[in-house]
Amino acid sequence: MSVSQLVTSVRLEHMVKTFGDVRAVDDVSLEIHDGEFLSLLGPSGCGKTTTLRMLGGFEEPTSGTIYFGDVNVTDLPPYRRDVNTVFQSYALFPHLSVADNIAFGLRRKGISKAAARLRVDEMLSLVDLEGRGDRKPNQLSGGQQQRVALARALVNQPKLLLLDEPMSALDAKLRKTMQLELKRIQSQVGITFLYVTHDQEEAMTMSDRIVVMNRGRIEGLGSPRDVYEQPTTEFVATFLGASNLLAGTLEPGSGDIAITTHAYGTFRSPAERTPQGLTGAVKVGVRPEKIQIQPQGATVNSADNSLTGRVLVSTFTGVGNQYVVAAPHGEEFVVYAQNSGQTYVPRSGEEVLLTWPVEHTFVVQASGDPSPEGEPS
Amino acid sequence: MSRKRGRWLGIYSYLLLGYLLVPIIGMVFFSFNDVLAGRPQISFQWNGATLRWYRELTQVVGLPQSFWLSIRLAVASTIIATMIGTLLALALVRYEGKKFKGRRIVDQTLFMNIAAPEIVMGASLLGMFASYHIARGFTTLLLSHAVFSIAYVTVTVRARLQGFDRHLEEASGDLGAKPLTTFRLVTLPMIMPGVLAGAMMAFALSLDDFVVSNFVSGTTLPFPVWVYGATRMGVPPQVFVFGTIIFLLGAAGAIGSLVMSRRGMKRS
Repeated sequence: MSVSQLVTSVRLEHMVKTFGDVRAVDDVSLEIHDGEFLSLLGPSGCGKTTTLRMLGGFEEPTSGTIYFGDVNVTDLPPYRRDVNTVFQSYALFPHLSVADNIAFGLRRKGISKAAARLRVDEMLSLVDLEGRGDRKPNQLSGGQQQRVALARALVNQPKLLLLDEPMSALDAKLRKTMQLELKRIQSQVGITFLYVTHDQEEAMTMSDRIVVMNRGRIEGLGSPRDVYEQPTTEFVATFLGASNLLAGTLEPGSGDIAITTHAYGTFRSPAERTPQGLTGAVKVGVRPEKIQIQPQGATVNSADNSLTGRVLVSTFTGVGNQYVVAAPHGEEFVVYAQNSGQTYVPRSGEEVLLTWPVEHTFVVQASGDPSPEGEPS
Repeated sequence: MSRKRGRWLGIYSYLLLGYLLVPIIGMVFFSFNDVLAGRPQISFQWNGATLRWYRELTQVVGLPQSFWLSIRLAVASTIIATMIGTLLALALVRYEGKKFKGRRIVDQTLFMNIAAPEIVMGASLLGMFASYHIARGFTTLLLSHAVFSIAYVTVTVRARLQGFDRHLEEASGDLGAKPLTTFRLVTLPMIMPGVLAGAMMAFALSLDDFVVSNFVSGTTLPFPVWVYGATRMGVPPQVFVFGTIIFLLGAAGAIGSLVMSRRGMKRS
């Protein structure tokens, strides 16, 4: 991986795509670095696939510009772009053999049959399908077809490889294997991958960086860790992993940011973890696994935020305990405690104290819309 | 119980097949029927077997010419109708709105073309050719046959296109194929079964058309029109021989396509 060099290979500037009255993609600007694995993550209808299709040349942008390096490719048709795509349906040519499918792009570039055959064999071994070249696509399993689709795209050594939810047709177990496989292949060939998915775990596992999209806009961008630990919007906080959020107001001051909630007093959050330009109504949040659950009346460390509540549900999940705790005014907090020998396991109905460190507290702008569309999975 | 039902189904199937085949078998059978006296014409009284009509196949004035005309007409009109019909089907499925403003009208016209009685089409074609002073002959026959075949080709190809995964064409473009190359290497092979079925239908429609041909043929008589004219004087036995030839060609084509598709299925 050459992510550290941060050479921009593809640049999107103010991309807009409207279908009738719907703004599917609404002013998206993005730089894709050379050799990185970038995921576009979001619920269905968030504009991620439309963005990918504009990059591939299958969809004409309403406005905006696409650069590959310094070349403006916005108006180039797909066959004149140095991009290849792995389609969600794989789109393998059913009337051609696996080998002819893979050789399709090479033959269009005028490479001889014999030379193409050599490259095809290399690709077949890269994706672990040696000796399957003479089969027809429908003689292969779903996972194998997907690898043929990948080989067919990679053999052309494109500047950018687009992957449109390629795992959605695979079962959960195969998906896990393919995720690792895909990551291996990507680091082996060193081609820039743009991966579209609605599966946050998939995006976290494979990506160097994640772009979280919602309603045609980019809501969060960064490494999986940064996006998870420092969500920039309420949507990101709830779509990527789970978050406990309380409505509040930002207090002016220096040092740690203070947020006064309407019902539970003041919480603090480190200034460096707070997005720029927050004003007025905000939400203060914490991830379920950052919260410590204690018996009521336990002492609170001065560096912690705290809240009392009553356990509604207590579930043992094997690797841990999950609690739903109701705060006095009805907000429900999800708390996750690792099963690593903790002694205190409250039962439902019990009054408890929740504490979490200030440094794990984040603040996001309260969005007008109460719940994000699409379920976090 | 199920075995009994199976037997009845078998009997029913053979009865139906027999019903469909009896006229054809009769035709083939009586193509070997001898004529004892007078002007040779078909009769359904058995006079003993002969190969005479096969030997004298081309001896009837006008008959071989009309048969050959029908074949040429069918081939030419099939080619025209298949090309136009296939492209029309693509246009109807792929484009709408601003890109294809008359789409609904074209769609309706196709339907009317199929639904309209042949006699109406024949009369109106004759009227049109007459008012434009186009002499009746091979050209008018060809134009007419192509016109009534197009709709059938379009409907058949369109059915095939409806389940077509557009991503296949996008993938082709994505891999560097220009639109025409994509059509040649991806679209056409994928819809080929539909195109072939449409072409076969067009061929059969042209070969046995009588009503429209009768209006627009003038003195150039295709096989069915010639046979109809001959009934007034007595139909020569060679007509049965030509009928048998057409049937055998058709049967060979059907068996051939069956074998091809079997082989295709085995391979995939």
